[in-house]
Amino acid sequence: MAHVEHDVISGQNTTGHEWDGIKELNTPLPKWWVYVFWACVIWAIGYWVAMPTWPTTSDYSRGMMGYSSRGDLANELELQKKARSQWMTKLEAASLQQIKDDKTLLNYAMAGGKIAFGENCSACHGSGGVGVAGAYPRLADDEWIWGGSLDDIHQTIQYGIRNENSESRQSEMLAFGTGDALDKTQVDQLADYVLSLSSKTPAAGSPGEAIFAERCTACHQEGGVGTKELGAPALNNSIWLFKGDKESAKQGIVNQVTKPRHGVMPAWAGRLDAATIKMLAVYVHSMGGGK
Amino acid sequence: MNQQVKEPQSSGSMYAETVVIHPRHVKKGLFRAAKWWLMWGLLAFFHLAPFLRWDRGPGAPSQAILADMDGRRGYFFFIEIWPQEVYYLTGLLLFAAITLFFMSALAGRVWCGFLCWQTVYTDLFVQIERWVVGDRSARMNLERAPWTAQKIVKKVIIQVGWLTVSAACGIAFVLYFGDAFQMMKAIFTLEASIGVYSFIAIIGGFCYLLAGFAREQVCLYMCPYSRFQSAMFDEHSLIISYEEWRGEPRAPARKGQGFEGRGHCIDCKMCVQVCPTGIDIREGLQMACIGCGLCVDACNSMMDRVGLPRGLISYDSITNVNSRAAGGPGDKTRLVRMRTILYTLLLTVIGVGMVLSLGTRRTTEVNILHERAPMYVQMSDGTIRNGYTYKILNMIRQDRVYNLKLAGIDGATMEVVGGESNVTQMDLSVPGDEITTLRLYVNAPEEKVTDKKTDLIFILTEKSEGTELRSTSLFAGPGR
Repeated sequence: MAHVEHDVISGQNTTGHEWDGIKELNTPLPKWWVYVFWACVIWAIGYWVAMPTWPTTSDYSRGMMGYSSRGDLANELELQKKARSQWMTKLEAASLQQIKDDKTLLNYAMAGGKIAFGENCSACHGSGGVGVAGAYPRLADDEWIWGGSLDDIHQTIQYGIRNENSESRQSEMLAFGTGDALDKTQVDQLADYVLSLSSKTPAAGSPGEAIFAERCTACHQEGGVGTKELGAPALNNSIWLFKGDKESAKQGIVNQVTKPRHGVMPAWAGRLDAATIKMLAVYVHSMGGGK
Repeated sequence: MNQQVKEPQSSGSMYAETVVIHPRHVKKGLFRAAKWWLMWGLLAFFHLAPFLRWDRGPGAPSQAILADMDGRRGYFFFIEIWPQEVYYLTGLLLFAAITLFFMSALAGRVWCGFLCWQTVYTDLFVQIERWVVGDRSARMNLERAPWTAQKIVKKVIIQVGWLTVSAACGIAFVLYFGDAFQMMKAIFTLEASIGVYSFIAIIGGFCYLLAGFAREQVCLYMCPYSRFQSAMFDEHSLIISYEEWRGEPRAPARKGQGFEGRGHCIDCKMCVQVCPTGIDIREGLQMACIGCGLCVDACNSMMDRVGLPRGLISYDSITNVNSRAAGGPGDKTRLVRMRTILYTLLLTVIGVGMVLSLGTRRTTEVNILHERAPMYVQMSDGTIRNGYTYKILNMIRQDRVYNLKLAGIDGATMEVVGGESNVTQMDLSVPGDEITTLRLYVNAPEEKVTDKKTDLIFILTEKSEGTELRSTSLFAGPGR
């Protein structure tokens, strides 16, 4: 038994433990405190029995109450689905214009479209439809290569562009630099003219204009306004997918004329349900303010 | 001073048995009277305040004090707080904390002795015991008595009393979070939500546990305040002080004997018996003393009875006690000292700051979020477009019309998604007590946006009063 001493200054006893001459005063802990501690221990044992606690080599103890946070999540997802289903049927039945005119339906489509866009579209088109210069068109501006009406956008999302789907949008930019259709000087003159189209001061009477009129207007139209049905982009504005920055602007045009690149977009019908595609169409339409 | 040495505790146990304290009733005295008045007053306020009404117009809650969690509003009479203004609560808590320190510096543990809910409810619970069983000796006798039918009946009545008070406490608490009249009806017709009953059970259960059983253990082992009281006090703070110079050496009073050559303390132990934490104040200021002053009342009564002057135990400062011990008048307590000046200053600054900010607080708030993906968009005609989420918070219960225009960039126009486009200013009506959110595009001519970031100022004018709210956001562009 340890040797308990009385400390005169504090009026307390020591615990009797001594470490290298250092003694500890005994300030007794109230017993109820200890009971609370034991109550916690008992609670913990109960918890082990009731809740999933112990890992085993291949599994874990399930607990008597059969609780599982994964199960909770599954239940909640199920509830969400149920709550969503009435909206989804409504969306499926409504036309795009009806969705746009019905405020509550529009709200729902915008919120759902935003999430679907983040999951499916933003990988290429960027979050918020910012796009990638020289690769994936920006959706947040007001130029729509294949048309910017609700129906156009819906069509594009459903069937995609230049893919295997039989309904897919198809078109091809001809390569003018190969097979000697245009020589180097002509391509250069053409690029100068096309560049001038976007600066709002078309170089009228230039040799490039003649080449453009002869070779390009079939698709890009006179003045370069483009043809949406053919996916021939407008050339007379500030928005360029393949132009590049200011320094290499002309080179970008030359490249596109001689060795054209073509964007491809997959078809989403079959991957996403009809209601989701509608929500996406409405959401994407709103990004650039719609056309 | 004569240092009393405690007897060593006989057992060397590391764990202390809890001794149930049965404080004796103090029949009369200043502090006992103050405690009764405060106890009933505070209880009445706590239980009745949710029923106070305050007319805020149709559709608005009419409860004077209400924390509306679902509606996300706080109401306090004429003040209505929105969630983003919770910092007023921080200010209030800061004010309360410093008031607590200030009170301690001036007059010791006034909070602990008179105002704390632990003190108030413990006092009430002891009073219930007193009504059922009797005073200290009767209660102690009942503890020791064998379990007879009578003892069981008394014990049951006490428990029922405690549980009733606890339930009332829990119910009163939840009434601050919903319409009191409707909630009362729902609670008693068993139609309230499970959450309401849970909170009643939790608050009521802790009331029962802490005031019925834990009592002084809460002050001694749970509450941090007693632990730092010594940092709050100085020699001018009023504390419960035993005048040792006058009391010692103590001895029981004997008939026919005078008090010459001995102390005035007659060792009647009344001060110990009335103490709610069961301490002997004659050992000096200690952590367990909650400063309730009941021992002062008890001692004064005894001094009256033996014909000695009052104030052997007094509510006074150490300076004064020392002064009297040295034969002085004992009026040396200084109220104005660095500590109290600083506390007063702090309280004034916080108080004035709160009142000013409440008084001049805007009834309209604007939140602007500049869209980041994309930062900007160049349109086909070259204009630069930035997207914003613009929120107007109309914080009064009255529909208002605002005018919004822009400054900072020449030729900038606005476009509301699903609304007006190409305008330089627009009128917006916002219903009372609501938030209107606009998806807003601002278009600016390419040549006016020369920097990557330009300051764009939204000017919102309330049309009837003409008050103007300017908020600056950024306008991003490609830069040149």
